[in-house]
Order: sequence, then structure tokens, then C-alpha cells
Amino acid sequence: MPSELIHRYMRIDHLPQIWCPGCGNGTIMRDVAAAIQELIDDPEKDINRDNIVIVSGIGCSSRAAGYLDFNSIHTTHGRAIAFATGIKFANPKLNVIVLTGDGDCSAIGGNHLIHAARRNMGLTVIAFNNNIYGMTGGQYSPTTPDGDVATTAPFGNVDRPFDIANLASGAGASFSARGDVYHVRETIDIIKEAIQHKGFSLVDVYSVCPTYYGRKNHKGSAVDMLRWQKENLIPTARYYSMPEEERAGKKLIGILSYNDYPEYTEEYAKLVKAYRKKK
Amino acid sequence: MIGRKQLIIEDAWCKGCGICVAFCPKQALELRDGKVHLKDDGQCITCGLCEMRCPDYAIYLVNMEE
Amino acid sequence: MSKTVLLQGNEAAVEGAIAAGMRFFAGYPITPSTEIAERSAIRLPEEGGKFIQMEDELASIAAVLGASAAGMKAMTATSGPGFSLMQENIGYGAMAEIPCVIVDVQRVGPSTGLATSPSQGDYMQAKWGTHGDHPVIALSPSSVLETYTLMVRAFNLSEKYRTPVIFLMDEIVGHLREDVSLPDPNSLIINRRKLSFHDGANKQCYYVPEGEYVPAMKPFGQGERYNITGLAHDESGFPINDHDKAGKLINRLIDKVEHNADHIVRVEQYEMDDAETAIVCFGGTARSVMSAVQAARAAGHKVGMFRPITVWPFPDKPLRARLPQLRNILMVEHNHGQMLLEMQRVAGRDVPVHFLGRVDGTVISPDDVLAKLEEMEG
Repeated sequence: MPSELIHRYMRIDHLPQIWCPGCGNGTIMRDVAAAIQELIDDPEKDINRDNIVIVSGIGCSSRAAGYLDFNSIHTTHGRAIAFATGIKFANPKLNVIVLTGDGDCSAIGGNHLIHAARRNMGLTVIAFNNNIYGMTGGQYSPTTPDGDVATTAPFGNVDRPFDIANLASGAGASFSARGDVYHVRETIDIIKEAIQHKGFSLVDVYSVCPTYYGRKNHKGSAVDMLRWQKENLIPTARYYSMPEEERAGKKLIGILSYNDYPEYTEEYAKLVKAYRKKK
Repeated sequence: MIGRKQLIIEDAWCKGCGICVAFCPKQALELRDGKVHLKDDGQCITCGLCEMRCPDYAIYLVNMEE
Repeated sequence: MSKTVLLQGNEAAVEGAIAAGMRFFAGYPITPSTEIAERSAIRLPEEGGKFIQMEDELASIAAVLGASAAGMKAMTATSGPGFSLMQENIGYGAMAEIPCVIVDVQRVGPSTGLATSPSQGDYMQAKWGTHGDHPVIALSPSSVLETYTLMVRAFNLSEKYRTPVIFLMDEIVGHLREDVSLPDPNSLIINRRKLSFHDGANKQCYYVPEGEYVPAMKPFGQGERYNITGLAHDESGFPINDHDKAGKLINRLIDKVEHNADHIVRVEQYEMDDAETAIVCFGGTARSVMSAVQAARAAGHKVGMFRPITVWPFPDKPLRARLPQLRNILMVEHNHGQMLLEMQRVAGRDVPVHFLGRVDGTVISPDDVLAKLEEMEG
């Protein structure tokens, strides 16, 4: 009998999950479930379980859709955000949450990410960002830091990496944030904000892949990789209280950009109201 | 309030990654034969940090009956 | 009686779809299909529906599948290059059994080819474009009015069999303008997918009763909380690695179309009763062939036209029934010989099959067909 949270919101017949020991994806999936539970249990929030749809693409991250006990759809590689766009536009009352990976949403699906952000389609995108293609055995992804090693970058990665949260901001996302697997409480709170945000929201959650990324790049164990996050990823309040020189090489955990642009499906509904033929 | 919560370990789900052991503020946990165990010295303060960081949902707190 | 209107094939596709209940369109501009998106952009808000121009064709088909899963009748329209891009998710629709209609207004390929010229070069792609073995239903209209009525059928088949339907138009019909008098929408038969709500007896979302092929669809986003995936799955909708179950699933998907071919297949047979030569063609090519048949008949030749309206599955049975009376078959199509392969398969060694095809973007004229008939006689 697992914990109440897991029992209520995960398909326990399908657990334990397939991820490697120490993989951060399990923690991020729990963060998503915890954020949803806290919103459902809060009588002041209008979040209904049956209105939640989990959409995923392909890759390690995307197996999460099958474990979470909501309406769930596991789509094709890169296309989760495009499927989600169809679902949300067809039925705007749904809370559509996309669970994707760094490769899924910023390489093969990068175009859909920037255009959903630009449209301000009311989706919540949670990127499980582990800096590597794990499912296929450790090839470099758009977020593998330059110089790092992968099976397809045996002599070091020449590509420069994306910062997914900044990419979404640059594309006009009305909500863009960063989380990680060490700062669990902060990340749950960020995901809660993202789900409640009316327009497009993206949370780039730094996962850890000890098996393929960590081992190849001498990052140590999962524990070592979490320690790195503890020291280098800094929650908002502390980040802004740090002197400028101490911030060098560190990244903010929190909301990076926020705007209340009109949401796409609401704007379209206005258009339909104006042009619908009287019968 | 100690005693109102209890730590449960779901042995079959533990993959032995050691995250809960490393980040337990009281060093109350240890790995034995690749699985997490509560040490016998009663240091656990049921803070729940292990549950929050366990990627496999193998360790968690339950509320005890009053 | 409805009034007569001047309508383009592409426009008729939209009107037929709306009559069939289509209320969601996602697409990307591409010649020669763009008028379908343009008219949808005007007409859907008028009908309380939704139109969205996506960032590419990959996104268009994905959004259509998402909207359909969420309960709407949904469509996209494209041409060769875009149709190629959509292939992966057409397979997803077949595997996850999500109804939708994909219009392909064919132009000359390969690659960018001749963007504004007619072709029928996507015939085999409509069947084999996506990877793996899968069911396909493809329909091909040859007039503006038929574009309208056949589009209604495309949605009906898609909903009934829970599978994507390819609406295989060509530039000839897509850009053709004709006076048409559209049927009264109330006279149309409109199918909707069979739904199962909170089915106590069997909660499995892909449960198929013994002797049937199509699972009833549980509404998505209304509390059933089931899983949809493109991985091989069992009746519960969750991924499996069991080869027996995977084989059972993929065979059922194919069988639901193959075993219902009698219901799905439609052909037009013109002057075929005493025909000794059958000219086989589909889509816009039929317009030249019909004129040629009339001219040949006037000259005393026993020629008829056999036109598959359902182009996939191929109409084996009605064609086979004609073989005993035929001395010759002439396949005419705007490609290098694609339906020809199906023709040869069905005709076997019983009847010689001749071929007239074209890949240069010009239209095969009635005279071209007559000249070919003469050559065959000679």
C-alpha cells in the first residue's frame, strides 16, 4: 500500500516505474501529482480531477502519462504540445498538462513549443530536462552542455545548449519558470502556479540522469548530482538577495517571466460569438 | 508530536539509489543489501524529506490513528 | 429543394465536412489545397466550430487527433509534401483508433514538384505512407457534387470504424468549379462514433465484444481516466510487450477494414453491362474517361468505365465480377502506374491490362484515351 498521494493519483498497478535508480523523473512526476492534489484539495481553487488531461510525447519523461491516473494520452515523438493544442482548443474547460523531455520539446518538438508559447494557448508544459536522450541510450540533446560527452558526442559536444525556460520566454510564453528535483517544495509550488495560469505556461524542471548523462560525464551518483543542484540552483528569494558576483554560474529556481496576455481559446470564443450565424 | 506519524518503507519499490539516505537531516536511514532501512537508534523525526525526494515512492509517512 | 450554387471542389469539401458535423479544422497552407483552409476559417466560426492554422503539417494532424480524442469531428487538408509530413501521425490515428479525415489534394511530385499541376501520384502513399501494417480507408471524388456527398461518407466511415480516412482529391477536382445543387443537409445520414460511458460490465477502454471489430469509444476528459497510446496496447489501453496481444491488436485493426470491405467499397460502373473493354480510373481522371467512353460507344465499341470511389481498400470483388465479360482492361491514371499494380493483381492472367499514365502535370484528354484504345485494338 503506497502513500495516500500515490494511491490517489497514480495507477499503482503499473508501478514501480521503469526509470533507472536515482532518475529524477520519478520525483518530477510526484511533484506534478502533489501539485494537482494540493489544488484539488483546496476548496478555493477550481480544479477538477476529471478535467485534467495529461499529454506526453516520447522518451523517458513521456512514460509518466501512463502512470498518472487522469485522462492520459501518450502521443508521438515531439508532438505532445500539438496534440495538446487540439485537445485544449476542442474543449477549453480542460486543464491540459504536457509532460515532455528536453529532446521531445526542444529538438523534434521545438517548433510546437515556440508556437504554443506565441499563441498563448492555455497549456501547462512540464519539461523533464535531463540533458540527454535516455530512452535511446545517452545521445546528446539540445540541453547537453557544450563540451560534455554523449554516445553521439564521444569527443565532447560541439553544440551550444538551449535554456528551455528562456527559449519559452523568448517565444512569448506568458509564464516561464524553472524547477529541479532537489528543491521539491519550491518546484511543487511553481507547478501549482503554472497549472493555475490561464495562458501558456512552461516549467523547465532540471532532472538528473545518473545512468547516461552523469556516468559519462563524471558527475558522480544521483546523490552527487542532487548536491550539485542544491549548490547551483537557487530559489528566488535567496537568488535575489545574493550579491551579483555570487550569482555567477548559478541559476534561478522560480518564475522567470510572467504576463497576462489574452489566452488563445478565450480570444477565439469571442470571435465565434461575433461571427456565429443566427439559426 | 512525535509518534503521530510513522515511516513506511515499501521494500519492493526501493531501487537503492540512496537519495533519501544522503539527504536525511538526522542520518536516520541506511542502505543494506541495496534497500533502504531505518536505523535502530530512533533518530527519525518524521520530517518527510525522504518521501519528497524518493523517485520511486518507496518511503513515506502515514498518519497514525489518534 | 436546395438552390443551385457555383462551387469549387475544395469549397465543396468544406461544405460536405460541415454537413457531416466537422467542427474542428487544423491545417497549414499548401497549394492546391489552401482554399479548404481558407473556407474553413470563414465557415467554422459561423457554425460555432474552430479553425486553427498550425505551424506545420506535423502539428496540424496532431491537433486534429487531439481534438477528435476530445470528442470533436476533426479534419485537416494538405497536398503531397504536407501529406508526407503527416504520415507518422496517420499511423498513430490508426493504432490509437482516433477518427479523423485527412484531405490530400494531389499535385505533381516528388518533392516540391509542380505545385499547381494535377497528379494522382499519392495513391500508393495513401495506403503505405505510414510505417507498419495498418488499415486504410481512402475515398476519391470525381466531381464537385461528389466531393460534397463523399465527404459526408468519409466522416461516417471514420466514425464507424474509428480510423483516419484519407480523402484523396486531385488538383483537377479541387480547383474545378461546377454548378451544383447540394442535398438538403437534413436528408443526409450522419454517423457518430459509438460511445460507452462508465461501462460497468467492462471498464476496458479498448474492449471489443466477440465477433466485433471496433471498440466503443469512451469520451475523453469526462471522468473515464483511460490511457491512449501509439504503443502496442491491450484492451486496457496500456502498453504491452506481449507478442500474442500485439499481433491480435494489429490483426484486428486490419480486419476491421478488410472484413467490412463490402460496406466500405463503392464503385461507379458506367456503360459496363455489355462492355468488353473496361477503362479503370479514379478521381478527376474519370471526367476525360467518361467522354472517351461516350465517343467510343458512339463509334460502336463496347467500352465502359469502372471507377473505384473507394480507392482503399481496392474494390477487388466488384472488379472480379466483371472479369469474365472483359477482353481488355485499360488503366488510366495521372501517375506512373500505381493503381495499375492493384489492377494487375486482381486481373491476374485472365484479362490483359493496358496502361495510360502521365506524370508531367498535364491532363489526360478524351482524345488521349481514344488514341490508346485504338492502339490496343490495332
